[in-house]
Amino acid sequence: MIGLWHYAFIQHAVLAGVITALVAGCVGPFVIMRNMSFAVHGLAEVGFTGAAGAILAGLPPAAGVLTASFAAAAAIGLLGVRLRERDVAVGSVLAFGVGLGVLFLSLTSRYATEAFTILFGSILAVSQRDVERSLLVGVVALLALTAIYRPLRFASIDPEVAEARGVPVRFLSSAFLMILALAVTEAVQVVGALLVLTLLIVPAGAATRLTSDPVRTVAWSIAIALGATLGGLACAVSTSLPVSFFVSGFSFAAYLIARALGPRLLGAAGPAAPPDPETE
Amino acid sequence: MRTGVAFGLAHATLRLGGKVLWADLSLSVPNAEFVAVLGPNGTGKTSLLRTLLGLQPLSAGRVEVLGSAPRHGTPLVGYVPQQRAFDPDLTVRGRDLVAMGLNGHRWGFTVRPEPVERRVNEFLELVGARGYADAAIGRLSGGEQQRLRIAQALIGEPRLLLCDEPLLSLDMSSQQTIVQLLAEWSHRRGVTVVFVAHDINPLLGAVDRVLLLAGGRWAFGSVEEVLTSATLTRLYNSPVEVVRLGQRVVVVGAELGGHDHLPEHSAVSQ
Repeated sequence: MIGLWHYAFIQHAVLAGVITALVAGCVGPFVIMRNMSFAVHGLAEVGFTGAAGAILAGLPPAAGVLTASFAAAAAIGLLGVRLRERDVAVGSVLAFGVGLGVLFLSLTSRYATEAFTILFGSILAVSQRDVERSLLVGVVALLALTAIYRPLRFASIDPEVAEARGVPVRFLSSAFLMILALAVTEAVQVVGALLVLTLLIVPAGAATRLTSDPVRTVAWSIAIALGATLGGLACAVSTSLPVSFFVSGFSFAAYLIARALGPRLLGAAGPAAPPDPETE
Repeated sequence: MRTGVAFGLAHATLRLGGKVLWADLSLSVPNAEFVAVLGPNGTGKTSLLRTLLGLQPLSAGRVEVLGSAPRHGTPLVGYVPQQRAFDPDLTVRGRDLVAMGLNGHRWGFTVRPEPVERRVNEFLELVGARGYADAAIGRLSGGEQQRLRIAQALIGEPRLLLCDEPLLSLDMSSQQTIVQLLAEWSHRRGVTVVFVAHDINPLLGAVDRVLLLAGGRWAFGSVEEVLTSATLTRLYNSPVEVVRLGQRVVVVGAELGGHDHLPEHSAVSQ
């Protein structure tokens, strides 16, 4: 890949990949902490609908992904207040969204290949404009996450006490959904709507197996997302097999390794608790 | 602050979902007192705490906390919840949980961790949790988690500490440790503790007064005043016998509290 660096499409792909991995690596631990894997998947599928709609209207697909996942995030935020309601709300929004996507696809059969790249990623086709848009979205997502980082953690881990201490739990829940919509938009560009979990869940899932320290969790999560994305790009360029396959392969491998190593690492980090004798 | 009123209610009534939880509740609790709140399930014990936290407005009457109307999110009021299960893979250590009590409600992230860490260590020491402070909270026992909860609540230096069944699902010795920690702190710092419980016995050494809520009625006073056959019979509207067995208070014919998920009237049997 280094030998191909002078090609603009390689530069664009690497830049977009790095931005995406950074955002996904930071957002992922919160997705896991808040049990929101299903919401991520839902936002991505609705993002696909947005892309199909954008293609139909002659707009850039990424703008469609962003608009649709944002709208879906707002809808989920409004419909699902409690955890149990949220899954049902996500499912309802998702199902309707994908239904619309099917309609749009049938109307744009000429551009079906373009819709295909939305489902499975198109990082080797990103333009200078796409990189700029990706950078803007990434910066907004990371700034927003930085601003709410501490109370969001409090509200995610300990909602009762956070509420008692005056943390605006509901506001943070909606704000995080919006950040998630931005992260999903980034990830769709790299691995496609069907594979966003490979960047938004898997690296963070591996990271939580490696450490209990919250700062190190984010660091590991970013490192694994970066490694999977750049490694995937390099392999795809030299074999001409799909990027998404390699990215998901690398991140899955990292997860399996972390699972295998995790118990030993965590055992060394702190005294292992005895099996709980205190609960009746 | 040692003298004066920590909180007070005047003719306070709370109606939720068309049901009166308590009516015409009037009481005043001085600073540095340890108050146990007892009563069957669904009698509004948690709602009383939410009222004091400023999360639940009254249907009628007045409430005053530390000299003003309850203010949601004030650092002067601390909160200790029930023990609950955490995922063992949750990347939160005991020390992170405690640190949240200090600055978890502030925007942004911790830029300078050293002063926070020093203070967290101080409170970990206080509750005897230094040894497991770096382990994931989901891997700790219920008693260990609740010690961390106490540190999390105390690190904010509240004047009033509200505890919602913190002893639930703990064994006897952990229950004693938690109550002792709170009683000592309350004594030393003049902090008022409101402690919702389902059994008076673990609290007997610490408690100054008891508020008993049952079937919309209430009684408030010392253990000797409230936990009598006559008072309980009136409150539960059926014959109740209170017996002292050595150090223990045994109530026959009613539940003092409960999480038995039965409607409150079923407590009045036999």
